[in-house]
Amino acid sequence: MSRNRPPRVPPSEITPPDVHAARRRFLQGAGAALGALAAAPVLADAQPTGMPLTFRRNAAFSTTEPANSWQDITTYNNFYEFGTDKSSPSRLADWLRPRPWSVTVSGAAEVTGTFTLEDVLKPHALEERIYRLRCVEAWSMVIPWVGFPLGDLLKRFRPTAAAKFVEFRTLFDPKQMPGQRLPVLDWPYVEGLRMDEAMHPLTIVAVGLYGRVLPNQNGAPLRLVVPWKYGFKSIKSIVRIHFAEKRPRTSWERAAPDEYGFFANVNPEVDHPRWSQARERRIGAGLFESRRPTLPFNGYAEQVASLYRGMDLRRFF
Amino acid sequence: MTPDQRLRWLAKPAAFAACSAPLVVLAFRAFEVGGLTLGTNPVAELIHELGRWGLNLLLVTLAITPLRQLTGWPHWLRFRRLVGLWAFAYVALHMAAYAVIDQGLAWEVLVEDVLKRPWITIGLAGFLLLLPLALTSTRGWMRRLGRRWQTLHYAIYPATALGVWHFYWQVKQDVTEPVLYALGFALLMGWRWRHARRRAAATGGLATTAAVDARR
Ligand code: HEM
Repeated sequence: MSRNRPPRVPPSEITPPDVHAARRRFLQGAGAALGALAAAPVLADAQPTGMPLTFRRNAAFSTTEPANSWQDITTYNNFYEFGTDKSSPSRLADWLRPRPWSVTVSGAAEVTGTFTLEDVLKPHALEERIYRLRCVEAWSMVIPWVGFPLGDLLKRFRPTAAAKFVEFRTLFDPKQMPGQRLPVLDWPYVEGLRMDEAMHPLTIVAVGLYGRVLPNQNGAPLRLVVPWKYGFKSIKSIVRIHFAEKRPRTSWERAAPDEYGFFANVNPEVDHPRWSQARERRIGAGLFESRRPTLPFNGYAEQVASLYRGMDLRRFF
Repeated sequence: MTPDQRLRWLAKPAAFAACSAPLVVLAFRAFEVGGLTLGTNPVAELIHELGRWGLNLLLVTLAITPLRQLTGWPHWLRFRRLVGLWAFAYVALHMAAYAVIDQGLAWEVLVEDVLKRPWITIGLAGFLLLLPLALTSTRGWMRRLGRRWQTLHYAIYPATALGVWHFYWQVKQDVTEPVLYALGFALLMGWRWRHARRRAAATGGLATTAAVDARR
C-alpha cells in the first residue's frame, strides 16, 4: 500500500496563506458566504491558499453576481479522475503533481511538439474573469478564474486551414489520478471545440482561482473554461492539444451519446433525458432557496448565439 | 424484568432510537446545529441521505426473517413493523424533500418528471407499493385481513426492487453503489428462495412459507 501514498507537496507549493489579500478578495467576492459565516461562526470557510498570481481584472468579461466561496469552489468538484464523489477531488488532490508539466501540440498546425508549462504560459498576461459555471447536473456557481484567452495560445501554434476542431486531453496517470483505476469513463478524458468556439474571446485557459494558483482539484496546472457550455466541456489538467480536421469523439459522448452531445451548450429548452435543464440550483444559496431559471447559453447568448446561427440546437445538443 | 418486558421497554425503544438517529442527524445538519452542515449542495445531500436511509431500512426489514431463521430467536419479528415503518417514513420524506424543497411544489414540473423520467416513475411506483403496507401495519388491519395481510405485505419485495432500480437509473455514471445494494437485495431474496425450497422438501411440500409466516 505504501507505494500508493500521495506524493509529498514540495515546500514551494505550500505558500503560507496571505491572509490580508485573501480577506480583501473574499470580501469583494463572496458576500453571500460571509453572511453565512456571520450566522454560524463555527462553520468558518477555508480561506484562499496557494501562490498569489499577478493579474488584472477584466470587468467587461465578468459578471457582477456574488462569487461562490473558495470553500465551495474547491470542495465540490466533478473531476472523475479523482473519483465520482464531489468531495473526492479535494481529498485526493495531493496525488497530482502539476509541476513539472508539459503539453504536447499536434495535428494541423505549423508549430507542433512538446512544450513545458512555462513555455506555454510565458507570453500571456493573466486576467481575472468572473464567470458563471453551469453543470450539466443542474447546479451552478460563480467563479473568479484567472487565465487568458485560449485563442491567444492557439494562434501561437499557427493552425493551418485544415484545422476545423481542437481536441484536448487530460493527463492519464492512475498513480496521480487514482480515479482512473476504475473504468468509469474511457480514459484519458477527451474534449473538443469547433475552431470558432475555441477562438472565441470568452473561451479561456484558466491557471488560477481567486487570484491564486489553480488548486489541483480544479484542474491544475491548466484547464479550459467555456462559460456558455456545460461544465464537462471545460476540460481539466490538459496535456495534449490536437488540431483536427474531424470532430473529436469526446469522453462523455462516448459514455452516453443520447445524454451528452458534442456541443453541450447550456440550453434550458433541451432536457437531459433524466432531468430538466430549465432551472438550476445556485450553490451557496442555501437549503430553502428555490431554483433559478437557466438562461440560454448560460446567459452569454449575446456573445455566442451567432456561432450557432441556423443550427438546430435540439439536434446538435 | 421478564424477557418480554425487556423486549418491550428496552430493546424496542433502542431500535426506535437507532432508526430515528439518521433523521435527527439530518435535522441537525439541515439547521446547522453544533457546526454540522449538509455541505455545499444541501438540497441534493438531503434528498440523497433520505433516499439512502429509506433503502437501507427496507433491506434491514427484509433481513429480519433470515435473521430469525439463522439465529433461531423468534423475537426478531417484533422489530419488523417498527423498522418497516421507519423505512417508509424515510422514503416519504425523501419524496417530500424532492417535491417541496427541491422543486418548490411546482406541479407542472413534478407531473412532467413523473411522466417523462422513468427513474422517477419507478421511484413513485415503489412508494405507492409501500403506502398500503404502512397503512395496514396496525394490529387491527392484521386481524381484519387475516392471511391476505401477509400476501399484501409481500409487496415489500417489488417495492425494494423498484427502489434499487430507481437508485441505479439516477446515477450519472458510476454504478458501484447501486450494484452493491442490488447484490444485498439479491442475497436476501436468494436466502428466502433457498429456505422455501428446503422447507418444501422437508414437509413434503405441504406447508408453504407463506402459511408458516402468516402464523408468525
Ligand atoms: C421505494 C422508493 C424510493 C427509494 C428506496 C428511493 C431511494 C433513492 C436513492 C437510494 C437515491 C440515491 C441517493 C444517492 O445517490 O445517494 C435516490 C435518489 C433520488 N430519488 Fe428516490 N427513492 C424512492 C422513491 C422516490 C420518489 C417517489 C421520488 C420522487 C417522486 C424520488 C426522487 C429522487 C430524486 C430526485 C433523487 C436524486 C437524484 C439526483 O440527485 O440526481 N425517489 N432515491
